[in-house]
Amino acid sequence: MTGPTDAAASLPAARSPTALALRRGLHHGGFLIGAGILGIILLCALAAPLIAPHDPYAQDVSRRLIPPIWQQKGTWEHVLGTDKLGRDYLSRLIYGSQISLLIGIAAAAISGVIGTTLGICAGYFGGRVDAVVSYVVTTRLAMPVVLVALAMASLVGGSLKVVVLVLGFLLWDRFAVVTRAATRQIRDQDFIAAARATGFSLVRILFQEVLPNILNALIVVATLEMAHAILLEAALSFLGLGVQPPLPSWGLMIAEGKPYMFFQPWVITIPGVALLVLVLAINLLGDGIRDVTAPEGRR
Amino acid sequence: MLRFMIQRSLVALAVAVTVSVASFLLLHLSGDLATAIAGPEATSVQVEAIRVQYGLNQPLLAQFVAWAGRAIQLDFGNSFYFRERVIDLLAARLPITLFLGVVALAVALFVAIPLGVLAAVKRDTWIDRAALSVSVLGQAMPSFWFGLTLIMIFSVNLRWLPVSGNTTWKHYVLPAVALGYYAMPAVMRLTRNGMLEVLASDYVRTARAKGLPPRKILIRHALRNAVIPVIALAAVQFGFMLGGSIVIEAVFSLQGLGQLAWESIARNDFPVVQAIVLVLAMIYIALTLAADLLNAALDPRLRQ
Repeated sequence: MTGPTDAAASLPAARSPTALALRRGLHHGGFLIGAGILGIILLCALAAPLIAPHDPYAQDVSRRLIPPIWQQKGTWEHVLGTDKLGRDYLSRLIYGSQISLLIGIAAAAISGVIGTTLGICAGYFGGRVDAVVSYVVTTRLAMPVVLVALAMASLVGGSLKVVVLVLGFLLWDRFAVVTRAATRQIRDQDFIAAARATGFSLVRILFQEVLPNILNALIVVATLEMAHAILLEAALSFLGLGVQPPLPSWGLMIAEGKPYMFFQPWVITIPGVALLVLVLAINLLGDGIRDVTAPEGRR
Repeated sequence: MLRFMIQRSLVALAVAVTVSVASFLLLHLSGDLATAIAGPEATSVQVEAIRVQYGLNQPLLAQFVAWAGRAIQLDFGNSFYFRERVIDLLAARLPITLFLGVVALAVALFVAIPLGVLAAVKRDTWIDRAALSVSVLGQAMPSFWFGLTLIMIFSVNLRWLPVSGNTTWKHYVLPAVALGYYAMPAVMRLTRNGMLEVLASDYVRTARAKGLPPRKILIRHALRNAVIPVIALAAVQFGFMLGGSIVIEAVFSLQGLGQLAWESIARNDFPVVQAIVLVLAMIYIALTLAADLLNAALDPRLRQ
């Protein structure tokens, strides 16, 4: 005789949401392109000492401003040419990816921790906590980011560490807003009430029940803020108050190439395109993750 | 509605006060301000004299109250570098930055809104994808690099527009494009989403059933409603542009507020920097308050 257990046994095993999302991702063009490009850049950054043809800091004034390989005077020894001090551009580009990725990830991480904490507290507790956090977020939004970052960097002196800290303490607003909204959505659901009834401590509820369920939105915001941080670092370095020479930050390379841009345009085109490609990849990846993990919200 | 207005205005006021405290602390927390003003070669007697002159030996709260009192009367003291009144410097430069912001916003809106409408009407065709691609590309470009590239193409190679300065209207074209393109993707997407929603609604269906020409439906009925949130977004974007104009003004040498801010930061001209941060923040607060009130006035559901 057939019974309920036989029917249950013939159902296919349930797939986890992550597996489902990954499967959808493999068909999503933007997700694949973004992940692919980002993966390549990440590999370049990690393998920089192995793949860079020259030392990015080695100067050779007899070889200044050699054009890239596709122009007339290019040589294969310096595929992307050299800068004003004779340093190989390809090597500087590869090592520059380390700086951009490092700053992007670190700043996103710091601002993520700050923003998520504020957002979850505001969303979960509501009431007065929510009012205070909203007020703090509004205040932070009123401050012009670039200006404040410049002022803080000039007071302490520009450097990689300072840029990461300053950006980390300024870019948390979207994290707070998004996690607050996401937390509010799930706070009234049954599994939270069940956890409370079971006697879970507050910390355990927040970390084990709330956080995993807002993780999707959190990751999307993290990619956005990472891209934001990379662009801001480039702007700060371009203005001279970010990463300091001789570090090969792409923004700094554009600043150093600016006096030569009329006759040797590649010195600013190449780092600019690199920034464009990296930020584009991150944005595509973020959009892809959002489309793939929340298909109801698509379009 | 009145209660909403009062509530929002009070919040804006509280934020304004907090921002002024923050911008005051921003500079006073950097260490000994007197030594910074006096410079590296000053003797301790000179440093002490400066401390007394600028009131830096007072408790922090007293200093803040004195500064705030003067700031409300728009007295920001004198610039360390220019030996002029800060308010005079600001008054000379602010119009340039405001004009740049307005032109940039106009450029962004004139491109993004039609593009958004087009993308919504021709949904899922190549036009839609092209518009989305352009918007994704626009968000990924560093603005200063875009500005430099524009200079290379339009000023150097084609010689259509000047490189730097701010005397004629032509000087504002490239900076406005470089500043405005960053707001385009957000406006375009919002317009597109709004139009998609509105085009699927009942009253548009009724208008079509009545036999109104498609263009009239599009512009008079659909666009009017879809554009409401865009107005609020535009106000907020304008605030962002004022802050982000630093980089563009530096690239194009526009002698506006942003460039003044950057130069003052580099020269440790604290009174000017403080004043600019405060002024920009106040403008932004006023803009977001106006945007909130406008939204609530047009859409009663938002009044809580």
